[in-house]
Amino acid sequence: MVKYNDKNAPLLKINNMTVTFTQYDRGLKKTELPVIRDLAVEVRPGETVAVIGSSGSGKSLLAHAVMGVLPYNAEMKADMTYDGELLDKKRIEMLRGNEMVMVPQSLSFLNPLMKIGQQIKKGRNDNETNKRLNNIFEQFELDKKVMNMYPFELSGGMNRRVLVSTALIEHPRLVIADEPTPGLDPAMAKRAMSHFRDMANNGAAVLVITHDLELALETADRVSVFYSGTTIEDASVKDFEKEEYLRHPYTKALWHAMPRNGFKFISGNQSYVKNLPKGCVFSPRCPFKTKECELTQEYRSLRGGKVRCVNAK
Amino acid sequence: MNGKLPVFIIKNIIRIILLVICVSIITFMLMKMSPVDPLQQNIGQAALGGMSEEQIAKLQEYWGVNKEPAEQFLSWAGDFLKGDMGTSLLYRQPVGEVVAVKFGNSLFIMIAAWIISGVMGFFLGIISGMNRGKFIDKLIRGYCLVISSTPAFWLALLFLMIFGVWLGWFPIGLSVPIGVEAGGVTFLDRLYHAFLPALTLSFLGVSNVALHTREKTIDIMESDYILFAKMRGEKGFSLFSRHVFRNALLPAIILHFAVISEIFGGSILIEQVFSYPGMGQAVVAAGLGSDLPLLMAITVISSVIVFAGNLTADIIVSIIDPRIRKGRI
Repeated sequence: MVKYNDKNAPLLKINNMTVTFTQYDRGLKKTELPVIRDLAVEVRPGETVAVIGSSGSGKSLLAHAVMGVLPYNAEMKADMTYDGELLDKKRIEMLRGNEMVMVPQSLSFLNPLMKIGQQIKKGRNDNETNKRLNNIFEQFELDKKVMNMYPFELSGGMNRRVLVSTALIEHPRLVIADEPTPGLDPAMAKRAMSHFRDMANNGAAVLVITHDLELALETADRVSVFYSGTTIEDASVKDFEKEEYLRHPYTKALWHAMPRNGFKFISGNQSYVKNLPKGCVFSPRCPFKTKECELTQEYRSLRGGKVRCVNAK
Repeated sequence: MNGKLPVFIIKNIIRIILLVICVSIITFMLMKMSPVDPLQQNIGQAALGGMSEEQIAKLQEYWGVNKEPAEQFLSWAGDFLKGDMGTSLLYRQPVGEVVAVKFGNSLFIMIAAWIISGVMGFFLGIISGMNRGKFIDKLIRGYCLVISSTPAFWLALLFLMIFGVWLGWFPIGLSVPIGVEAGGVTFLDRLYHAFLPALTLSFLGVSNVALHTREKTIDIMESDYILFAKMRGEKGFSLFSRHVFRNALLPAIILHFAVISEIFGGSILIEQVFSYPGMGQAVVAAGLGSDLPLLMAITVISSVIVFAGNLTADIIVSIIDPRIRKGRI
């Protein structure tokens, strides 16, 4: 299952990503909310990377930031490269929708008043596009009738395949999937994830944003762990076989929370961005907290992965 | 609506019957409670003073002053059901004829104003909403807010002064040229006279549709499907025509059919200012002059038109909107 290909350079590489929201409190008092800080993710061709984090950790914003569709009151700073070259706003606008595609999480991302076929084809009606659409429908065992349906007419099983079709109609090299499995039963969720595995096997770099660790471990090659808007660990899926292989206390806590490893939870909640602790964002809940945790934490390489914790060995 | 069509028709027939009954009773009661004395209003205090008891009694009989209200209403309703709308007391002509002439005059103004304000308002609203916060948005919104807080008659007076008096481009009133035989009036003459009132009414109608469409467009621009369309590289005109236009059009249509009543209301004020002999003027004359048969007829006809407008909106939407057409909502 794991096809870890270290020789290839990363297709998408993000370092030091910061996304800040400007909000107006009472009156004209401005507040800056740094919802994402020091985020670092990279994904190589042929590889599936799962970005794992609980709700409110800023996962979805990552996808929006890469696709250049952050809301007007958000500001982003990041060192992003795509295919080894700087990925700036202009390049994003050029690449998105053909080389860079995103698979949304629900049908609300489809125009409610447009037929599915038209929607997937994005207004194109040339022979090549029609042929591709037919092939995709055949591959996904979707009835041709679905092309003439509206989003509200789709059944739960169909909509996942339709959403994935919007990515396949292009020639994607980078696929970002935002929460592709909410509300699906385990079998359906696995099937949905397999679409992304297939795309990676066909050479695309796939970034799956999810909160479902178990599912991520079954389909991804690497896992990037997100906590309070920061990446705290980058681990290979193999590392999740044993607790000792993991690096960050939060990742270890996640491991313990998995049913097969005891279903144990740690107390407390993720800190809200307005009152973040000094130094390590996880320190208020960390059972191994030391003095060094109050210092700024470097994201450093450790045992083939990466970790943001001074005490990790 | 497959299979539900007969239910839909019957339901709406019952509705309109109830509406007409209520509207006519209320109008009748209001007229009966009105402090206006038809004799003093139409004949004048001085003239009444010089009349004999007999003459006054005859006039009272003509204007229906001493009639029992319930009896009078029932006799009107009975005739109305038979298709006889009675005779206008002021115009001394069958109400049907008076309404046909007046309505014919107003129709052009109202239809023109309705279409122009709808199309212009819709596009201004979309431009404004798609460019939210930019200069063009501020300009359009400013215009709409100023217009919607401007009294209709004041704007009409302003236009009359500028275009009618100072510039002399348009006539200052009436629906036909002065001193020309009825037979000699051309269609162009009528159009020329109706232009300024129609323009004023269109100007007033724009703000409603524009502001509403702007809000809707902003909602659409913030929706998930626009976000996704942008992520798929759609922008500019394709984004507008494939996504924004379709989704903004439906609510705009519903709203615009619902504001037919406002066009009616607006035309009453504007016809007064332009001395334009249409429905608006007739209704004011009938109301003030206690011309009960004429007023009742106009009220009933207007409420039927407004009702028909709302019904048309329902029907059009059920044809265009696939969610309703396929019966899921």
